Amino acid sequence: MEKVLGADAVLLSLIEEGQDTVFGYPGGTVIPLYDSLYGKRDKIHHILARHEQAAVHEAQAYAQVTGKPGVCIVTSGPGATNAITGIANANMDSVPLIVITGQVGSAFLGTDAFQETDVFGLSMPIAKWSAQITKAEDIAETMAKAFYIAVSGRPGVVVLEITKNALTSTTDFVYKKAPVIRSYVPYPEIPGEVIDKAAEMINAAEKPLILIGHGVLIARAEKAVKEFVEKSGIPFGTTLMGLSALPSDHPLNVGMLGMHGSYASNMLTNQADLIIAIGMRFSDRVTGKTSGYGTKAKILHIEIDKSEIGKIISADLSVHGDLKSALSYLTPRIEKKTYNRWRKEFDKFYQMELEQVIKKDTHSDLPLIQMGEAVDIVSRKTSGDAVVVTDVGQNQMVAARYYKFKHPNTFLTSGGLGTMGFGLPAAVGAAVAQKFMPETNKMKNFPVVLFTGDGGFQMNEQELGTIIQEKVPVKMVILNNSVLGMVRQWQNMFNGKRYSETDLINPDFVCLAKAYGIKAERVELREDLEPAIQQMLSFDGPYLLEIMVDKDMKVMPFIAPGSTVDEMKLVSND
Amino acid sequence: MNRKYTLLIYTENHVGLLNRISIIFTRHKVNIESLNTSPSMEEGVHSFVITINTSLAQAEHLRKAIEKQVEVLKAFLYEEKQVIPMEVALFKISTEGLKSGNSLEKLIRESSARIITVEPEFLVIEKTGTQNDIQDFLAQLSDFDVREFIQSGRVIVTRPMGKLKDYLLDLERQEEK
Ligand SMILES: Cc1ncc(C[n+]2csc(CCOP(=O)(O)OP(=O)(O)O)c2C)c(N)n1
Ligand SMILES: [Mg+2]
Repeated sequence: MEKVLGADAVLLSLIEEGQDTVFGYPGGTVIPLYDSLYGKRDKIHHILARHEQAAVHEAQAYAQVTGKPGVCIVTSGPGATNAITGIANANMDSVPLIVITGQVGSAFLGTDAFQETDVFGLSMPIAKWSAQITKAEDIAETMAKAFYIAVSGRPGVVVLEITKNALTSTTDFVYKKAPVIRSYVPYPEIPGEVIDKAAEMINAAEKPLILIGHGVLIARAEKAVKEFVEKSGIPFGTTLMGLSALPSDHPLNVGMLGMHGSYASNMLTNQADLIIAIGMRFSDRVTGKTSGYGTKAKILHIEIDKSEIGKIISADLSVHGDLKSALSYLTPRIEKKTYNRWRKEFDKFYQMELEQVIKKDTHSDLPLIQMGEAVDIVSRKTSGDAVVVTDVGQNQMVAARYYKFKHPNTFLTSGGLGTMGFGLPAAVGAAVAQKFMPETNKMKNFPVVLFTGDGGFQMNEQELGTIIQEKVPVKMVILNNSVLGMVRQWQNMFNGKRYSETDLINPDFVCLAKAYGIKAERVELREDLEPAIQQMLSFDGPYLLEIMVDKDMKVMPFIAPGSTVDEMKLVSND
Repeated sequence: MNRKYTLLIYTENHVGLLNRISIIFTRHKVNIESLNTSPSMEEGVHSFVITINTSLAQAEHLRKAIEKQVEVLKAFLYEEKQVIPMEVALFKISTEGLKSGNSLEKLIRESSARIITVEPEFLVIEKTGTQNDIQDFLAQLSDFDVREFIQSGRVIVTRPMGKLKDYLLDLERQEEK
């Protein structure tokens, strides 16, 4: 057998796994890997980010849009530590990634050699699995294990630290996908009795409520969930991360759950007699005060990660296993029903929210533009045929509330970690994913629209460079309120309007875009808003639209910290 | 209510696993009271015995979080009444003050301890027992010149009759599906 370099073995492994795109940034310890990449650039596209954190966010968005794991290559030391936020972010939102980091030669380990950091140790608490490879002959096997672990069960991030000597020595290359790992059972069996009991519980309920989480999207179980929902006739809400799993205008959709979700789904959570949680983990942002959550409900928890069951909210019954399988067993056993009276109760709350919040947010008569107006226009103009990406803060919540989704996995946001700076790179990653998609994929020609704050944009604005290098037509909407809006909202509501360090002196974003040769415009007046958005969407290429918005806008309704779901405030007091 | 629990964890022998397991306790602010790691009856399988003082809910959550780790084969949680625990302690006693008759020998006999070595300057006593037995014995040694005292982590056998081999076979069967 012909021997290959360790560096080649890494890339051959990627090719074996059907990967054609990697995100990354070169440096000392991975130069051998980049050298090998040079010879294989017809088979593997490398996307050169401008910062390793951004490279990991890009790989994450790529994974979410394509359904394939994302791959990222960074150098040791600062390259790896820069990647840490991206790793934590993807792992918390259960997105499969393989992050390959360089490491000093194994003879230098532990000597504080130049650019040595203990990536293996650092990544342990924030990754699904980590490994250190110090020999070329271990590369293929560990890569196969890494891919298998990243994508199976509850997906997550695998960090592989490869020492330089392993990349530069030679080895035989034999690749065996999905090796058996005795201690790892990603898809547990679901006993028939459990399904029977679950069906009984569902059939007996009078006011059931379904909660749809990110798990549905990760498991690509949208179809199975749709069938389950429609046969059961049960109203459903989605978590922030579960948005886009089913169309926003689905007649059984009662809105987003949690802190800034819809009034109806939160207020009625405590009226339900059965809560069916599907692929979600009862995050504190969803439950509010846990002792006052689902007070009248039995809990049926369908979830692949056993350690999530009973972690926050104890389940009366749990179905531990893959969602697609679980639902395919469950749906035939439930009765076809409707709950018209119960469903109508939600409408009452929706009407209140519509009159007192939604209309004011999206069709405002205040002097300054509201964020909701911009999101609403983009939503109407794209009619759901877009990939919507957000940063973190008010911009994120408003986009989540007012964009009407039509297709699964068309909403990318940072949920568990709430990472400012996620938006721009994620939008780049999504657009890169589209670039290499087959024409048959309907998402291929959707515009990628980013809603970001002025604060968060500046956390990774260097990715404008990646945009021009990759020529990806990302549409960037900066909702510029010149403040750290979400923090300021809390200061307004809970700290007596003491606006400590939330005012921003911003650069001229239009000029900034132009410095990169990216077309850009600024809107300050309401009458210019719609045409400006139209122009952005029709433009062939990347585009930055800076919209000056009201800094006093508050995202409502709101479950204040320490409050229960049904203590949600519809409007703010002042 | 906080109680003493013992976790018995079977794992593959993987570099860094001790770290991975111990950070789970740190994250949940639970202090590890004692820890013992050793090879198990089955080739290639490692065992950890960890004792903690916490609530049942927290202990069960820790068990699940540990079992979720890729290289962990199985994690069991036991209450005190479900285990038969033992610890080993060594005491180094200076021979200098030992002229006062045979009271030490008597104490050793009555406590089922034993002398494992006698050197010109010191002797070493070994005592196996529960945490309480060992503490009692230490207290009784207060009249002597104890120069060093060290105690092992807890090892246990459990009252339930399961067998490691059967768990492993079950895992392999599930993995094949
Ligand atoms: C990396 C990081 N640092 C700090 C925060 C805390 N934080 C959450 S929202 C927010 C304000 C965001 O401001 P901006 O990006 O302008 O968005 P806006 O809320 O104004 O829409 C801050 C500072 C965070 N989520 N992430
Ligand atoms: Mg802002």
